Amino acid sequence: MNLNLTPDQQHFRDELRTWLQANVPPPFAGNTSEEEKGEYFQYLRDWQRKASDAGWAAISWPKEYGGRGAKLIEMAILQEEWARAEAPPLINALGLYLIGPTIITAGTPEQKARFLPKIVSAEEIWCQGFSEPNAGSDVASLATKAVLDDDHFVVNGQKIWTSLAHAADWCLLLTRTDPDAPKHKGITALLVDMHSPGVVVRPLKQMTGDASFNEVFFDNVRVPVPNVLGEINKGWQTAITTLMNERANLGTGTYIAFKRNLDELIERARQTKRGGKPASQNPIYRQKLAQAYVELEIFRLTNMRSLTRISQTGAPGPEGSILKLQWSEFNQRFQQTAMEALGPHAQLWGFDDGRWVFNYLRTRANTIEAGTSEILRNIVAERVLGLPKSY
Amino acid sequence: MDFDLSKAQKLLQQSARDFFARECQPERVRELMASDTAFDDALWRAMADQGWTGLIIPEEHGGLGLSLVDLIAVTEEMGRACLPGPFLSTLWAAALIDRAGSEGQRKQYLEPIAAGEMKATVALLEEDADWNLQAVQMRAEKDGKDYRLSGRKEFVTDAEVADVIICVARGDGGLVLLPIERGAQGLKIAATLGVDATRKLYSVEFEDVVAPEANALAFNPRTQEAVDAGTSVAIVALCAEMLGGMQWTLENTVEYAKTRQQFGKPIGIYQAVQHQCADMFLMTEGARSATYYAAWAVSENDPSAKLAVSVAKAYCSDAAREVGNRGAQVHGGIGFTWEHNLQLYYKRAKASEIMFGDANYHREEIARRVVDETEG
Repeated sequence: MNLNLTPDQQHFRDELRTWLQANVPPPFAGNTSEEEKGEYFQYLRDWQRKASDAGWAAISWPKEYGGRGAKLIEMAILQEEWARAEAPPLINALGLYLIGPTIITAGTPEQKARFLPKIVSAEEIWCQGFSEPNAGSDVASLATKAVLDDDHFVVNGQKIWTSLAHAADWCLLLTRTDPDAPKHKGITALLVDMHSPGVVVRPLKQMTGDASFNEVFFDNVRVPVPNVLGEINKGWQTAITTLMNERANLGTGTYIAFKRNLDELIERARQTKRGGKPASQNPIYRQKLAQAYVELEIFRLTNMRSLTRISQTGAPGPEGSILKLQWSEFNQRFQQTAMEALGPHAQLWGFDDGRWVFNYLRTRANTIEAGTSEILRNIVAERVLGLPKSY
Repeated sequence: MDFDLSKAQKLLQQSARDFFARECQPERVRELMASDTAFDDALWRAMADQGWTGLIIPEEHGGLGLSLVDLIAVTEEMGRACLPGPFLSTLWAAALIDRAGSEGQRKQYLEPIAAGEMKATVALLEEDADWNLQAVQMRAEKDGKDYRLSGRKEFVTDAEVADVIICVARGDGGLVLLPIERGAQGLKIAATLGVDATRKLYSVEFEDVVAPEANALAFNPRTQEAVDAGTSVAIVALCAEMLGGMQWTLENTVEYAKTRQQFGKPIGIYQAVQHQCADMFLMTEGARSATYYAAWAVSENDPSAKLAVSVAKAYCSDAAREVGNRGAQVHGGIGFTWEHNLQLYYKRAKASEIMFGDANYHREEIARRVVDETEG
């Protein structure tokens, strides 16, 4: 057991930290709500461009595709440093972490040459068209049709919960190409130009008031056959590659962001009066704040064990499957603690920039997006504990 | 970064698992539960032969000189076997002696403890059963070159079999640690039956017990530090025991869910049951993360050590109880019977939750360190 970084890892961290200190832009001054997305997106694209020019955008990719061939532990360090520096997010995250790796695994040489460099530079933004109104947790039951017509597929159907679709240039789209085959065997993955005629994006306003998800409608959209990713009717294998990456959030950045949020809450609780004394001295809030600290530590430590396991064996161990469950459910309990400790002010959009009310609402989705807690518990029960499949 | 047991530690753990599967089967645990002291001399000697009674005692005092991380690999297996007897009590006392004792005192006590020839325990709690050291009221009155002890200590584990009891008392200058040997004049030990019969509790009456001042292990301010540091070792060892108990409960519950049939199917096919098991796994792995880290932090004297120990004890206390609850729920009626071994682990979990302070106690410890404004 050795929890220190190796000299190489320290060197990597120091180099990145120095670069971030010199290059992180001041926070975006304007409004980040949907009307202003144009300017905000440009700000984020510029930032990713800067990061990619310096070689920090796709470090885990192989060198020939613009990466550094970085190891997992370096990815974890990068996420941690990014969060520590309060650097803006990389706008093309879906391209960098999910779709790019899928193209690297399943793509043709032409597809790799055509798409990968522009993912890294944020010249082309990507979204992921998997979920449908009737295909959520059971995504393999998707119904969006793609019918071969000479050298094109003609796509008709609807996707939902599509992050970034309103800004995206391209979409990794799962379609049904053989309606008669068993559900996992009639799916094809297509690389779809979002500017094609027949693509309509409608923002989905969430309970937070934001619209970070969309509905996307496809009406006779024509996609050239060379844009099939992987093989026709074998798109489920392609999708699995992406989904595996989706749940392999390295957690280190998430931890830093949560820890900062907890520190902010503790500071706020010291300033909030309850019965003439700071809320931080109230025994009930102390218990809850300490419990938040405990749970956050458990997340940090389980994540470290998971990273160790992946570094040693190349595959996540049993602890890997519980991380998303841990952080999502923690975050909901924690935001409730914040609402309690801060009292009536916490509900106001004008208090601390509305961060507490926003977080409280936003975390509601944490146990739904990227695998519901129920699906994740099924996975733990079946694949880790070996219980019989329930469906 | 390598946050896992080493190959050697995993081998040690496997050998401990094999040892207890052979030497401490549930039938034996039940026999010891029913006995007065839960002490098995042959088993104790066999553990001493393995070197475990001296696992973290320095080599110059006859121990193996291994680290706390090595130790938890073994105490996890003790928890899995629900090992009865004074191992933890002796470990706690030895850790206090190691940190507070003079060279001569360490030799005097640690060598026979490592050799398996001496059992020991610590008398800390009093009538108000407060784990805070400030709550220690019992006076150690100076009388010439002696201390005189009068008062009663409660919740003293394994006092009946202990060859020496380290009594934590209050002298004029602060806390004093006085080793009192078995059979000392004025020492009266009475059993107090508790929820867990595998770790016996006693009320220990000191009626003007005389101990030479020269026997005292240390004086303030070192006493407080020594008690904190030594108790941290015992807390981490206990957390690993609790982890082993959780692992046993998880594995046996999953096994039961695979074989128990209702409505023509194994109950483990139903998601309501699956999710109970998944939660048990979540809590067990969380406890493992916290325990490993605390063991590492204490053995490395990391600045986070005290906090890490409280995080581990807070989390393990809640998790061990809750894993037991979920396990009992999945077992249904059979899990509520005396006959089923689940009850052994369920009760041990409750007693362990209480020992050294429960989750509420340790959360307040954490709050003092992270919620209160610290200087600088």
